[in-house]
Amino acid sequence: MTRDADAANSDAATPDAATPDAATPDAATPIAATPDAAIPGTVAAAVSAAHAAEWSRIVASLIRVTRDWSLAEDAAQDAFAKALERWPVEGVPRNPGAWITTVARNGALDRIRRSANEALKMREVAMMDELDRPDREHDSGHDIDDDRLRLIFTCCHPALAIEARVALTLRTVAGLTTPEIARAFLVPEATMAQRLVRAKRKIQNAGIPYRVPPAELLDERLGGVLAVLYLVFNAGYTLTDDAAHDEALSTEAIRVGSLLTELLPRSASAHGLLALMLLQHARRAGRTDADGELVSLEDQDRSRWDALAIRRGLNALDASYRLEPEPDRYQALATIAACHATAASADATDYRRIAALYAGLAAADASPVVALNAAIARGMAEGAEAGLSAVDEVSASGALDGYYLVPAAQADFLRRLGRADAAGQRYDAAIALAPAGPERRYLERRRAALIAPPVE
Amino acid sequence: MQYVMFVVVDPEGEPYVAADDDYAQWDADLEQRGVMLDKRRLRPADEATTVRVRGGELVVTDGPFTESKEWIAGFAVLDCADLDEAIAIARTHAMARFGRIELRPLAQANGEPLA
Repeated sequence: MTRDADAANSDAATPDAATPDAATPDAATPIAATPDAAIPGTVAAAVSAAHAAEWSRIVASLIRVTRDWSLAEDAAQDAFAKALERWPVEGVPRNPGAWITTVARNGALDRIRRSANEALKMREVAMMDELDRPDREHDSGHDIDDDRLRLIFTCCHPALAIEARVALTLRTVAGLTTPEIARAFLVPEATMAQRLVRAKRKIQNAGIPYRVPPAELLDERLGGVLAVLYLVFNAGYTLTDDAAHDEALSTEAIRVGSLLTELLPRSASAHGLLALMLLQHARRAGRTDADGELVSLEDQDRSRWDALAIRRGLNALDASYRLEPEPDRYQALATIAACHATAASADATDYRRIAALYAGLAAADASPVVALNAAIARGMAEGAEAGLSAVDEVSASGALDGYYLVPAAQADFLRRLGRADAAGQRYDAAIALAPAGPERRYLERRRAALIAPPVE
Repeated sequence: MQYVMFVVVDPEGEPYVAADDDYAQWDADLEQRGVMLDKRRLRPADEATTVRVRGGELVVTDGPFTESKEWIAGFAVLDCADLDEAIAIARTHAMARFGRIELRPLAQANGEPLA
């Protein structure tokens, strides 16, 4: 997973992939609340908006009060289902968020009262207390911010397996359903359900605290949270044939990342990651043609890039540099994405700066995928000959054996050097290793274009 | 929450540096804080004996129940507020560097963790 995730950032010469529809991240419909066709559009929009705004607040506060993760999720899910059922008949309430919060809390109280679990029953008083001040969170928002931060940090606790952290974050923070998460990660629904159950059981039984880590732990824990968000984002950014789900994952990661910068405004890394995600996401519409096929970065129609997302990304990048002038990994990657996003054309791209940034990243991080990206960037800055020998060097290390982007990068540099026969062989190797779908078809088209010279 | 902290000898750990082995200090700190309920050191795994009964037959074998390069050298029982406190204690044990530490929540008779 990590390899593919990093590969999505090989912005230099390797194919750049994306999905057809672009939306500004905040306007995207949360897929968990997607209503059916019988629901009027205004109601559907109101439920979607309430879902985006309230889901994590509701779940976070219910977990704090009940200590029961499944109960909190079920009560929240039921409240949104009730809204879809009743709002078309009764009309959308004046304050949809407060309506759903109250319904969810009442539902949680019902479940507590019906429960045979003694530990849970002891939470009834706390739950009643919570119901007595239903509008508190809509006033100051301070306690609730703490609740949501607690939720994010607990989902991303290092004592949980990385797959569990990702799944739990999508379920409880972003509000995706279990089948949606299963589909996004290509695992059977039962496997994903089991993964979530195990993670929640471990939180409860191993004593993982529901809190924001104290100051001395905040930095190391925040790194883990950002890594989870970036994994989620990249799972959505790597092009598959299920564009709608790809995009939903990326927009959810951006939404949670944006929330994190609001909650931790002094974190340069959080701003840096948000910038990185926005600047990559901005190019989404340009990455595919009308048939949904992949278009390389050089050939993209830059007018299709999302100008608003680029502006938001650049603002977040500025914020991160104001807090920390010495860029960390996310800031460096975001700066590379900014070089691409602000270049008027492929030829006008500042590849020297990109190569320098990648070289810095490679010096700090021994990851072979980073080394590959640095090698590709060098080729774009210094020419195909230099690029080819740099990629050959990475290839010779053997650390990326079986990884299709290595022969793909070699093929691309060989093509640029006019060595069609050698390029064809490397394309064949890349095609054999690439996952089925848009990326493999892209390589096949490139391979075919070698034999029949392109019409220009 | 109560945890058993297993101290594990692990050949993949960092090379042992006697000067950095501040076990006595670690031990004294925990005793003073009153979070350590019990602690024991174990004799090496090659002195272990494994006992099984299969089809009514006693099978006694020399050595630990699993062939492994890692072996449990000792354990402590910790009484902590939560897993973060247990991790904070474990990370300061010298063997977190030179070996590894495993934290396991203790169960009650009904299988629930001890609060």
